[in-house]
Amino acid sequence: MNELIQLSYSALRQKVLNKEVTVQEIVKAYTDQMQKTEKLNAFVTICPDQALKQAQEADQRFQKGEARPLDGFPLAVKDNFCVQGMRTTAGSKILENFVPTYTSTVVQKLVGAGSIVVGKTNMDEFAMGSSTTTSFFGPTVNPWKSKDHASDLIPGGSSGGSSASVAAHSSLGALGSDTGGSIRQPAALCGVVGIKPTYGLCSRYGIIAFASSLDQAGPFARTVEDTALLLREMAGHDSKDSTSLQYQVPDYLKALGKSIRGMKVGIPKEYRPDGLNAEIAHWWDQTILWLKDAGAEVVEISLPYTKYGLPTYYIIAPAEASSNLARYDGVRYGLRVPGGTLDDLYSYTRTAGFGDEVKRRILIGTYVLSAGKYEDYYLRAQRVRQCVTNDFNAAYQKVDVILTPTTANTAFKIGENITDPIAMYLQDVFTVTTNLAGIPGISVPVGLSKEGLPIGMQVLGPMLQEEKLFQFAHIIEQAARFKNLGGHSL
Amino acid sequence: MTHSFIKTATGLWEVVIGLEVHAQVKSLSKLFSGAATSFAADPNTKVSLVDAALPGMLPVVNKFCIEQAVKTGLALRGDIALHSVFDRKNYFYADLPQGYQISQFYHPIVRNGFLEIDLENGETKTIHIERIHLEQDAGKSIHDLHPDKSFIDLNRSGTALMEIVTKPDMRSAHEAMDFIKKLRLILRYLGSCDANMDEGSLRVDVNISVHRPGTPFGTRAEIKNVNSIRFIGQAIDHEINRQIALLESDQSVDQETRLFDASSGTTRSMRSKEDAQDYRYFPDPDLRPIVLTEDYIQKVQESLPELPNEKRTRFMEDYGLSRYDATVLVSDLETPLYYEKVLKNLKGWKDQIEAAKLASNWISGELFAALNEKNLSIDKSPIAPEKLAQLLNLIGEGKLSGRLAKDVFEIMIETGQEPEKIVDEKGLVQISDTGALEAIVDQVIKDNPKMVEEYKSGKDKLFGFFVGQTMKLSGGKANPQMINEILKRKL
Repeated sequence: MNELIQLSYSALRQKVLNKEVTVQEIVKAYTDQMQKTEKLNAFVTICPDQALKQAQEADQRFQKGEARPLDGFPLAVKDNFCVQGMRTTAGSKILENFVPTYTSTVVQKLVGAGSIVVGKTNMDEFAMGSSTTTSFFGPTVNPWKSKDHASDLIPGGSSGGSSASVAAHSSLGALGSDTGGSIRQPAALCGVVGIKPTYGLCSRYGIIAFASSLDQAGPFARTVEDTALLLREMAGHDSKDSTSLQYQVPDYLKALGKSIRGMKVGIPKEYRPDGLNAEIAHWWDQTILWLKDAGAEVVEISLPYTKYGLPTYYIIAPAEASSNLARYDGVRYGLRVPGGTLDDLYSYTRTAGFGDEVKRRILIGTYVLSAGKYEDYYLRAQRVRQCVTNDFNAAYQKVDVILTPTTANTAFKIGENITDPIAMYLQDVFTVTTNLAGIPGISVPVGLSKEGLPIGMQVLGPMLQEEKLFQFAHIIEQAARFKNLGGHSL
Repeated sequence: MTHSFIKTATGLWEVVIGLEVHAQVKSLSKLFSGAATSFAADPNTKVSLVDAALPGMLPVVNKFCIEQAVKTGLALRGDIALHSVFDRKNYFYADLPQGYQISQFYHPIVRNGFLEIDLENGETKTIHIERIHLEQDAGKSIHDLHPDKSFIDLNRSGTALMEIVTKPDMRSAHEAMDFIKKLRLILRYLGSCDANMDEGSLRVDVNISVHRPGTPFGTRAEIKNVNSIRFIGQAIDHEINRQIALLESDQSVDQETRLFDASSGTTRSMRSKEDAQDYRYFPDPDLRPIVLTEDYIQKVQESLPELPNEKRTRFMEDYGLSRYDATVLVSDLETPLYYEKVLKNLKGWKDQIEAAKLASNWISGELFAALNEKNLSIDKSPIAPEKLAQLLNLIGEGKLSGRLAKDVFEIMIETGQEPEKIVDEKGLVQISDTGALEAIVDQVIKDNPKMVEEYKSGKDKLFGFFVGQTMKLSGGKANPQMINEILKRKL
């Protein structure tokens, strides 16, 4: 593997500043790797020519001593972030040929800071899924293989194209969106770092909505440092998003290397159900030991409403989605399948344009909002959501952060769980409560299973305490010395 | 409480009417997109990415529109909610780009207002307002440009509307029509809505039912597409007759939406209750609740202009106008301004009340008639208020009789000239010279000896005849008061 694509951004930047390498050479190395790993199907659209052009511009800025904070950072962008002039599909046939005339705020900020978009990554259709197998553009393959190399594994989802790309070194970092775990779960299954920030920290403007009250954009990278760097540049208030928070974004890099001595880590007992994968349990215990060694105090806590998290999520998210996806009607843009009447046009277009999982969630969402069901489902779910939030608030009276596994299992085979949606939905069991409460969570790789597959741990914190997350994630990263070599298949 | 029952061969019927008014907020930009609002712009030229519901677009509420709703709520004496919420009303239609309309269903910004209307018998009645909420308008579908294609214009998409919903408090077409007139006036005074029904900035849906007095309300029909106050009257009258005819022939009234057809003055069924959609309302997760403070509401309250009823009371108290005269003057936005400008320019009057009344009479009489004939609004009047005041001042100074003043007025309305100039040029000055008037009176007495004799023998009524003759002989220029004096003395 080309050495360039193994370095962190700060190392690359130093090399460019030392004139040992150009941004163009870096970008070329990454686009070469994109080609080599093409069979992973991590990308829906690639733009190597445009990336090289931007690399030239970055080189010029370096030469003039005007380099921006992220100049030359090869970035993959999940295909639900609109980028002007670049096809943006959300993994759906209904937007197969949709080219936006506008750019989402977070991409605008990252590009403005100098990062270079190398392509748009594959995802579960409209971000609905935990496996990146529901995409109209086919499944993405996890770069990691089990030791027997028997079959292709899912990269997790819905941001599986982004996590796979970062793991396969076809990008240095990537953007994802997390509605119920869609950044953290694929990060864990692909052995990379991924953070879901506090709801409202990053603008949702220009991101194709799945469930508006839960959606939040966040970065992936192979190191905590690069992840912190990306978040620092993409976060911040946006007047175009009414749910965006007024908040002065700190320099997250300053949290790295800070001691956690005397800080308290909560271990929620409800996250250790009978039948929790023994290897996951082992790595959880191992991570606890690392944190104790670093001087943290570990206390057991209770989050009693966790068990209602999943059903609550699977009412609220489809309800919002059923309404958010109503705009894909074949009238103004996207796929149109003509019909004799307006109702036919809707029916034919949406039947042909949406996949099964999207249709399933639209139906669930329509049902839970319908007359006579709204109070029993949607309103009740909102009340439980408040209870989940109260759980976390109470816990954070006692602890600084909470440590849990990110997933209950390692990556499964492509094709598994397809016939059983419930089994698929259970993938989100450790991640959804974070979204319901709006708090931040970061997943860090800690080790490999006996089969050789990555396992991730999740650090959760109170609202807008991303600094603490990076602080703890960095301690874990240092202790784990997890080597992401792009999996065994590379 | 007065009752206006309808009597038919089978007995009495009571009519129950409630209104849902959509008032377009007078705002330069739309409720959630910042795009310019428009009337009669080229199709699809005032549409932002948000209005067309492109993927990833988000609504951001326009604070000005919220202020207009608060103003309107305060003017209608409603309770302003400190916490209100935008909900999504989900339904598919080609001119509804998002597939939902952002409205306020569960927690509207205003509740419990009221408005006083005038009944035909001169009494007043309070019409209660259930709620006012903010919502976005849809675009327009155009079906008549092509035999099998429809066209969509999204210019209107996203424009702010205030939906004003009354309680079913009205009992006749007159009451409904007066409610809309009063509401329209208040909206125009506030400036929160242009309230032009013909341009669609005020749209009224009428809910109507009939029942026997003393029995529960009947099943109601909702009538849409009623776009003038006259049509509201027609639609209600037609609907009353239709519903009574159904009930009297032992049929039932369906709960349905009906469409008013202006060309025939009738209503026809549009969709029945069974076709009613399930809108699946839920709070819009893209928007935060509207949170207002008591301070803010107080500030808006203080910024409210004088409203029609307050102005009417003031005109009655300060200027001694009758309720009727004051009502006429305040019944649009410009007339009271005009009136008070006239008053400001009146000079040399001893009796201010008399002057104020005279000004009122001239405006609602001569001026309105002339403007009506020319199809002009008062703010386009050829006679500026200052000039009308000058004319009235000439009457006050005794330089012009009422009759001469009308002649001068006729010239003013055509030429816009100053009254004094007209008087000078035409020699229209009133004869107030005692000697000259006495000579004329002498002549009249001399010419009508028989009448003089009859008058002196007790026929007092003939006095008017002498006044008329004197005025005629003077060419209308004689000062009427002086004629009276001289005649009384000489006869």
